Amino acid sequence: MNHTKGAQSIGFAESPFLVSSGSVVGKKESEGPLGKKFDMISKDDLFGEETWEAAEGVMQKKACGLALNKASMQPEQVRFLFGGDLLRQGIATSMGVEALQIPMFGLFGACSTSGEALALAAMSVAAGYGDYMLAVTSSHFGSAEKEFRFPLGYANQRPLSATWTVTGSGAFLVGKKKSHVRISGVTIGKIVDYGLKDSQNMGACMAPAACDTIVQNLEDFGRQESDYDRIITGDLGYVGQSILFDLIRKKGRDIKDNHMDCGMVIFDQKTQNTNAGGSGCGCAATTLSAYILPKLESGEWKRILFVPTGALMSTVSFNEGESVPGIAHGIVLEHC
Amino acid sequence: MEDKQKKQEAYEKYVKEKTPVHKLVPNMAKAFVTGGVICVIGQVILNYCEKIGLDKDTSGGWTSLILVLLSVILTGLNIYPQIANWGGAGALVPITGFANSVAAPAIEYKKEGQVFGIGCKIFTIAGPVILYGIFTSWLLGLIYWIGMCIGIV
Repeated sequence: MNHTKGAQSIGFAESPFLVSSGSVVGKKESEGPLGKKFDMISKDDLFGEETWEAAEGVMQKKACGLALNKASMQPEQVRFLFGGDLLRQGIATSMGVEALQIPMFGLFGACSTSGEALALAAMSVAAGYGDYMLAVTSSHFGSAEKEFRFPLGYANQRPLSATWTVTGSGAFLVGKKKSHVRISGVTIGKIVDYGLKDSQNMGACMAPAACDTIVQNLEDFGRQESDYDRIITGDLGYVGQSILFDLIRKKGRDIKDNHMDCGMVIFDQKTQNTNAGGSGCGCAATTLSAYILPKLESGEWKRILFVPTGALMSTVSFNEGESVPGIAHGIVLEHC
Repeated sequence: MEDKQKKQEAYEKYVKEKTPVHKLVPNMAKAFVTGGVICVIGQVILNYCEKIGLDKDTSGGWTSLILVLLSVILTGLNIYPQIANWGGAGALVPITGFANSVAAPAIEYKKEGQVFGIGCKIFTIAGPVILYGIFTSWLLGLIYWIGMCIGIV
């Protein structure tokens, strides 16, 4: 059976279901526009732990637990876990999922990891390698600032193009059990690098990758922009969105009417001092779980294209004068 | 190859036009007020020290010491970053900004241990300032010495 579509996509002959999901966020996210929709919030950003890294691990564990609970399933019933985060060696994932004892693949796709994990989980189920797969990802403001920018207490002024890393984790159970959302196809993104070297303007670094994946998805599936109720990017933010619109228009397409960006809905830019919007693996993952999936489940949206975007930044290569490459993966989600 | 570079430059230019930046005049005004307030506090301490009879050098020492202490305490309470978020360079340039840049890593990396955490990383931000500050003063000293030798200073 041939599942391949076009150059970079897969259309599943028998689409796996997105059975259930779980979202866990920190204090600032709980005070944002989506605050009440998340499954679990913690007013303590350390989640009772000593370090940011351990706290991020706890979020992943809780998110996985929530997803499993909602489907009334045990970790032993899950064949493989696909997980990743922003930190070196994916340490938050290792600490977080250790207790579950599910055979796992550690992923790195920067903030696009939720897409990477969902694609691999869906492919594994569709290929018959197991009945259930877990996809999980997270980011934490504290650990990300420490790893990529400055210690939290350091006094500096953030540029308006900078984004605010979401403290949150989202987990998704993909499998054969019927639900109201299916993953009908995926488009795997390429590394797209327009040579930008501004790590404080991630939106502009990632927009070309988002454009590439969206256009490729439409071509591969022979669809129009309007065939999707929403085309949802992960964390381009306000700056990245306006660049994406321009880039897409140059390709002869227009997504202005049905585009949404998770980074722009998770925080209130005016009152939360988040400048260009939210970012991080947790941004797209928690928004998908708490805001997008319910709309698909109810049938308010019939079909969407979920495109988490990643800026593959390394602090080492950045200091060595290299640019920040971008990547984006497309996941087609349909109501059923 | 050249074509790619041209494309990169064009994109960089386009992104620059698209990206909003902080407004210069209000930002300068905020920096002026913030830096000014810190300097006024310093002046008050200095005047007080001189009033109670300390000599000029000792008064200056106490002024720096108290400002540094205040900055470190405000960093620990997470108030100093908020001041800098509003006041920008007005909070970064005075000695209080320097104190913050040392205190912040100390707090953040404490969990990685006294040696590899605080010890190795306390000067991650202030290090370059210290290194090149000392180097520049050495260079100026050398020029001054040469000037003395040939009799122009």
